[in-house]
Amino acid sequence: MNLLYYQGSIELGIIYAIMALGVFISFRSLNMPDLTVDGSFVLGAAVSAILYTKGHPFLGMPLALVAGCLAGCITALIHTKLKIQPLLSGILTMLALYSVNLRVMGNKPNIPLINKPTVFSIVNDFFVSGFSDLVLSFIILIIVVFVLFLFLKTKLGFVIRATGDNEHMVKALGVNTDFTKTLGLAIANGLVALSGALIAQYQSYSDIGMGVGMVIIGLASVIIGEVLFGARSLFRRLTAVILGAILYRLVIAIALDLGMPPTDLKLISAFIVAVALAMPAVKEYILSFRKRMSSSAGGKGGEA
Amino acid sequence: MLIIDNLSKTFGKGTINENLAIDNLSLFLEEGEFVTIIGGNGAGKSTLLNCISGVYEVDKGRIMLDDIDVTFKPEYKRSKFIGRVFQDPLRGTAHDMTIEENLSIAYDKGKPKGLKPGIGKKYHKLFRERLSLLELGLEDRMKQKVGLLSGGQRQALTLLMSTIVKPKVLLLDEHTAALDPSIAKKVLELTNEIVKEYNLCTIMITHNMKAALEHGTRTIMMLDGRIVLDLKGKERKDMTVERLVEQFGNKNGLYNDRMILG
Ligand SMILES: Nc1ncnc2c1ncn2[C@@H]1O[C@H](COP(=O)(O)OP(=O)(O)OP(=O)(O)O)[C@@H](O)[C@H]1O
Ligand SMILES: [Mg+2]
Repeated sequence: MNLLYYQGSIELGIIYAIMALGVFISFRSLNMPDLTVDGSFVLGAAVSAILYTKGHPFLGMPLALVAGCLAGCITALIHTKLKIQPLLSGILTMLALYSVNLRVMGNKPNIPLINKPTVFSIVNDFFVSGFSDLVLSFIILIIVVFVLFLFLKTKLGFVIRATGDNEHMVKALGVNTDFTKTLGLAIANGLVALSGALIAQYQSYSDIGMGVGMVIIGLASVIIGEVLFGARSLFRRLTAVILGAILYRLVIAIALDLGMPPTDLKLISAFIVAVALAMPAVKEYILSFRKRMSSSAGGKGGEA
Repeated sequence: MLIIDNLSKTFGKGTINENLAIDNLSLFLEEGEFVTIIGGNGAGKSTLLNCISGVYEVDKGRIMLDDIDVTFKPEYKRSKFIGRVFQDPLRGTAHDMTIEENLSIAYDKGKPKGLKPGIGKKYHKLFRERLSLLELGLEDRMKQKVGLLSGGQRQALTLLMSTIVKPKVLLLDEHTAALDPSIAKKVLELTNEIVKEYNLCTIMITHNMKAALEHGTRTIMMLDGRIVLDLKGKERKDMTVERLVEQFGNKNGLYNDRMILG
């Protein structure tokens, strides 16, 4: 067992947790299956990589966030104004983003981030330590969660959460749900893009295919968090998403450590999410099976 | 004050399923008037309320709230003036949010939504006061999620939410139909109290003819998208369920036992 190896996984988990928080906003708070994520993640990475090559590693972060927000707005507009289902709206934006992302990256399928300082290497130069990546990513995550938590507790945050919970009610209480959905999807994809921007600098490359299955990873984190850490209060839910994201990375790391070929990663991700999503149904089966067993047992008892 | 002027609404226009749900209907409600609406299945009662609240666009006619023409305003815009409680208790509240969060959204109805704290400082005291009026003990459960409440508790909460900012008109669509008789009675009493306290212009749909005559100040019967009976004052006082059934029940076979006895 290699400690450094697992420390890397935790760092990855922390950065991916920002993406998972975005997925949490769209899938849970808004109750919208938004597949823009696969595209907006790469968009963030692309913006970050391009600015890096121009010598602005820090500027790439906020710009990636804004670009992600715009991508989310496009999906929301397709859904709310053109009345196309959320699922399809997201897929359309994701598809369009593939071309956009290539353009952003100067028509190159990948950009290596070498020779110049990244956000991570700059911080490491200041505080020379084996933990600087970990601390930096953790600080960024804490800031993101803190701001997100406060936002979801504002009046605006309330109506966004209520939109996913009960759209009828929100409309009946005088709120334009087209607006709340747009705002929610913008925030969600902004976070996803920010995560992509950080990953690009952390891994020192940006690749056009790095977003494939990202939404599933995000969803896996959300669900693992919910199952293991509960969904009681908002604070608990956000913490659960983060822990879920880190745990997911650790599981993958262990699997790789045990000899799973890296090419099977997506297969495992899909499997984990399928299992997690199937939980409620499986519980039902078991319950009804037990009921049938006990009632037939009771019936026999009556006859005897 | 509510004015409905020559309103018509057709579903599935131009298809074989074309269905005239509201037929040239006019209705004028004074400030503080409490109208109960009865009528058989498919008479157009819910459609009428949905047209008033903007869920459906109308074919023709006008809807005025006080001096404001809301005929073409989108649902969320006119919601500022309208309180609504639906038959389904799940429809009126956000189950994954707490009681105080739900109330807070309702209390901020029509106000701009900014980055201020969702629950204002003064809200707690006000919410406590209002909740205690329900006498359901909800004032001590403000931090609990609404999903934990029973249907009747939720419906009472929805009623409170829809009137916490005084609406120009309160629309109730069989809001007690899904509840146990005793809880239904309680919610109905609450409705009466709140309507009286705020002198609210109210429309209540019910299948219970007895309740329709007992509550409110005016009773309307609908059939095929039209108003076929409009009872007020002495005429209404003298009306009984038996006579209603005698006059209308047999003629168009509208009522069954459930509607009479509730
Ligand atoms: N969304 C809709 N699309 C098409 N037709 C509809 C729609 N809503 C209502 N209708 C039709 O309009 C007519 C009036 O329906 P409405 O729901 O207003 O009746 P109601 O008086 O509320 O009846 P109930 O007592 O059963 O609730 C019915 O014929 C119904 O089939
Ligand atoms: Mg109805």
